Amino acid sequence: MAQLFPKSANVHARVIIVSIVVLACGAGWATSMIYWSPYTTEVDVPLQQPIPFSHKHHVTDDGIDCRYCHTSVEKSSFAGIPSTETCMTCHSQLWTDAPILASVRESLATGRPLKWTRVNDLPDYVYFNHSVHVSKGIGCSECHGRIDQMPLTHKAQTLYMRWCLDCHEAPQKYIRPRDKVFDAAWQSPPNQLQQGKELIREYHVDTSGRLTNCSACHR
Amino acid sequence: MNHPASNGRARPQGAPDGSASRPYQRETDEFVPGSNEWPDDLSRREFLRLAGATLALAGLNSCTKQPLETIVPYVKQPEIVIPGKPLRFATASQFGGFGQGLLVTAYEGRPTKIEGNPTHPASLGATTVWSQADVLDLYDPDRAQTVTTGGAIKTVSDFWDALNLAIEPLKQNGGAAFRILSEPISSPTLLAQLDRVLQSFPAARWAIWDPLNRDTIAGAEVICDFTKAKVVVAFDSDFLYAHPYALRNARDVANRRRVIEPHGAGMNRFYAAEPTPTITGSNADHRIAVAARDVLPLAQTIAAELGIGVATPRNIENADWIAAVVRDLNASRGESVVIAGETQPPELHALVAQMNAMLGNMGNTVAATPALSLPGSQIAFGDLVEEMQRSAVELLVIFGGNPRYDAPADFNFADAFNKVKLRVHHSVYFNETSRHSHWHVPATHFLESWSDTRAFDGSVSIVQPLIEPMYVGVSAHEILEAVTERSPRSAYEILRSHWSGPEPAPDFEAKWRRALSDGVVTEFQPPSFAGAGQSIAPAPSATPLEKRQRSEARGSQLEILFRPDVSVRDGRYANNGWLQELPRRFSSLTWDNAALISPELAKAAGLNNGDVVELTFRDRKLRAPLWIQPGQAKHSVTLPLGYGREIVGGVGRNVGFNAYALRTSDSLWFADDLTIHKTADRHWLVTTQHHHDVTGRGILHDGTLDEFLADPHYAQKPEELPPLGYTLYDPSEYPYKGYKWGMVVDLNVCIGCHACTIACQAENNIPVVGKQQVGVHREMHWIRVSTFYSGTEENPRITHQPVPCMHCENAPCELVCPVAATAHDNEGLNLQIYNRCVGTRYCSNNCPYKVRRFNFLEYNGRLSPSEKLVKNPDVTVRSRGVMEKCTYCIQRINAARITAELDQRKIRDGEIVPACAQVCPVEAITFGNMNDPRSRLMRLKRSPLNYWMLGELNTQPRTSYLAKLRNVNAELVRSD
Repeated sequence: MAQLFPKSANVHARVIIVSIVVLACGAGWATSMIYWSPYTTEVDVPLQQPIPFSHKHHVTDDGIDCRYCHTSVEKSSFAGIPSTETCMTCHSQLWTDAPILASVRESLATGRPLKWTRVNDLPDYVYFNHSVHVSKGIGCSECHGRIDQMPLTHKAQTLYMRWCLDCHEAPQKYIRPRDKVFDAAWQSPPNQLQQGKELIREYHVDTSGRLTNCSACHR
Repeated sequence: MNHPASNGRARPQGAPDGSASRPYQRETDEFVPGSNEWPDDLSRREFLRLAGATLALAGLNSCTKQPLETIVPYVKQPEIVIPGKPLRFATASQFGGFGQGLLVTAYEGRPTKIEGNPTHPASLGATTVWSQADVLDLYDPDRAQTVTTGGAIKTVSDFWDALNLAIEPLKQNGGAAFRILSEPISSPTLLAQLDRVLQSFPAARWAIWDPLNRDTIAGAEVICDFTKAKVVVAFDSDFLYAHPYALRNARDVANRRRVIEPHGAGMNRFYAAEPTPTITGSNADHRIAVAARDVLPLAQTIAAELGIGVATPRNIENADWIAAVVRDLNASRGESVVIAGETQPPELHALVAQMNAMLGNMGNTVAATPALSLPGSQIAFGDLVEEMQRSAVELLVIFGGNPRYDAPADFNFADAFNKVKLRVHHSVYFNETSRHSHWHVPATHFLESWSDTRAFDGSVSIVQPLIEPMYVGVSAHEILEAVTERSPRSAYEILRSHWSGPEPAPDFEAKWRRALSDGVVTEFQPPSFAGAGQSIAPAPSATPLEKRQRSEARGSQLEILFRPDVSVRDGRYANNGWLQELPRRFSSLTWDNAALISPELAKAAGLNNGDVVELTFRDRKLRAPLWIQPGQAKHSVTLPLGYGREIVGGVGRNVGFNAYALRTSDSLWFADDLTIHKTADRHWLVTTQHHHDVTGRGILHDGTLDEFLADPHYAQKPEELPPLGYTLYDPSEYPYKGYKWGMVVDLNVCIGCHACTIACQAENNIPVVGKQQVGVHREMHWIRVSTFYSGTEENPRITHQPVPCMHCENAPCELVCPVAATAHDNEGLNLQIYNRCVGTRYCSNNCPYKVRRFNFLEYNGRLSPSEKLVKNPDVTVRSRGVMEKCTYCIQRINAARITAELDQRKIRDGEIVPACAQVCPVEAITFGNMNDPRSRLMRLKRSPLNYWMLGELNTQPRTSYLAKLRNVNAELVRSD
């Protein structure tokens, strides 16, 4: 009986096997690149907003505290978006006829609220609470990055669960003194791990493992 | 919202198949027919193909990006609003014309949850099932949304013009042809306005119609202090459930029944005689089933034995029960309560008053209710209909109600109504009466407008709105003002000016604000209206009951009973999905009413559950499906009112039969001469409970007080618990160093009102699934209330048992989940992680308590925009393919934890109250920290009555029960 396969079949088989492996790895690599790219994570991608609001200008140039606008950050799950009236406390005096602020003035005049696009958007089954993070020494910049350097606001972190767990598993890596929470320029000191452990004790951060329970964020 | 009823399938699911003799014991088929067979229309190969495709496509499902969302801040942020934090306001609702104090939770101006007001004497922090469901009505897209006349949409000012035009000519003869019909009113402001209208139209008259009226008690209405009562005797009275003071009564009775330690046992003894099981009767220590017509003779016999000179009827059954009641009443003079229900004739109420006076209860445990002064010019509803029939009425304004649907059949209301020249109906829903009115004016929901109301005990509350009216809404205050003024003020101005008077006192504002925030007016009284002062008993709304012929020889005749439905009441809640799906007490029927008959009658006539019979009563005929109800009096047939609505929203359409079709003015509650004929038809009735017998398994532990006193650990004996160390897991995995949550359900005080089920539904965004889905066992309630019968089926002992997730220590569900979507946490909670769940349903199959619920369909997918507003923003809205179950209200645990963390303290005992515990009128559910030996929870868990449901399975549940005790009279213990 003649041979079923020609000799070249050996080569073909090797090429096919190798290329399957390469393709599979390549597909995995490509998926991972897409998954972690700004296309998917939207990190560093400024979104369209009704007004090109600059945190850099208001925080760094003007020195306005986070809590002037985000009033409920220490009291509620939601940090709060300033009401039109809050904007107008300054802008009724400054830049009163700047065309860029026309929609703010219109909002106050008509009573129709501004509609901002949400930059940091968690899935609906995740319940994040600003107040408790702030009171336990987690600074704004841990999640929101150098917001004081952003002319246009964009996401600074992926907000993936893996990223949340990094801190929930070892808060000592990120915790800072309470009086530095609103300091966007804060840098962790060389002895962060040691200082972090002390702060964990001082602030009664629960390290029994409850922070990594599903129920900490999902309900 | 609901799926339409299936007509094609006549197979009753899980009904007691043919076993009419033992309606609550099904021994043969534990599983529904077909449940263990492979469906014919799906081959194995086809199944595998679909399964493979599902798996592949499920992976693609994750390739979606989150949609962009917007944040809409306030333009002017109200000072008290902190975004993300709910606010609570005190307000009040109406129940049969009486106020019920409420606290309503609102998120950024959107009310989502109603709770009881702890400072209100008629609530004490609890609510009825109806108050829980009221918030769903607020957002019901089927509510009337515009003023209409003959189907055409009009504006409110069009209506004011039409009203003025109609009233102008009536002024000439003092409004002789002007009539007002309303539901019972207790609002001081509305009564004063009504009085003003009647003063300016001296010849005008008003009438009250309430199909569930309490006219039989008129003048003899009493308020009972059950905390002082050692012995309670109830004659056909549902004072624990369907009574305007039921929440308070239930709390007081429970406080006399709560037994934790043997030395603290001062339990009351409770006797009940009633024709059809009620919540109240089911909680009695000794309940007898007596035909409604035999309740008066029974009471007369007791009265005679107590020494009241009444003629004693002969041939009275239940001699031993009577003797026991008489002995116990005599032994506790001044410390007992005798109470009769509104379904019984005035003679009985007079007799009961005599008995209470004779026993020295009057002034001790029983007091007259404060009288409500009503404006004069009131006529009976029957007289009004008669005037309408004579065409003597030209303008009829109807506030609320639905008389064209629920007026007595012999009044021929529909006919009389059509003879009125101008008919105006003001109501929240467009109903049968609205359809036949010239004008329909949408009423504001009580959460949308200002008013005031008065509770059963006389305490007054201001009704304050939580939200701007969703649609065009007009308040009754505004319409009454429009009758006398050309352009009415707003309800708020009317109310406030009434309370402040023409010249407000300097401290008025402070007192007003105090009254609003307390929910009860304590510091000032509204000025009473002119012409008041004389306190008159309300005129009977129907013609008084005629003296019925009493003959001794009607024992075997069938008796017809009309009863308010436990869910939809008189029909006003027919379009409320939560209430329609709430299992009816005892039968667990949903989405239907059924004529309830006794097991003996069923046996004698060869009738089965779901058989359609033709009921003939006073030459009127009605077809109705049957349900066999253990504990029903032998010859009594109960027809629940409130179904068979015709002009109703999508939820209430084609649900049940209309029992009002048989109800006449002389048989409002019961009458003789009913005949029933079996037809060949069957009706598909769906229930949520198919076994009413524990068949000796360790589900329910009960006993008597005497047994408990003799051996306190009596209730823990029936089963052997395995050694607690038996586990395959590392016992040190969960050390529980912080909090360790647990729950106790006290069966001894639970009355089975189902408020926990509906409160849980409101709190946890639980969807309504509809009749067809309930029919295939897909109801979603996280906490069910099981009803179990024991003893004879003619007169069984009835026990209610709420069953939430047990949060087992050795949870069978956790082991079998392939994706770890059900997991333990460090505080002992058994979690369900929706975003991980892939819907294998292994957990549900492995749960011995059957408390897990699966989203077979996208139950939340078809909500209208307004229905979405009722959802609690702190709880995930689950979608298709996800398992869910009781979480111990984890959102409330986390809220309390964060508050405590911000205050840098521990969570206090009692700070976390799950929704089921908060609503419970008898405080039967306690939640707390098992690591705190001083917590209320641990005090209860240490009770010798504490037991685990199915403890022999070694699941070690965190939810435990306190066994049910009955304070049985030893002399009355019969062979059963």
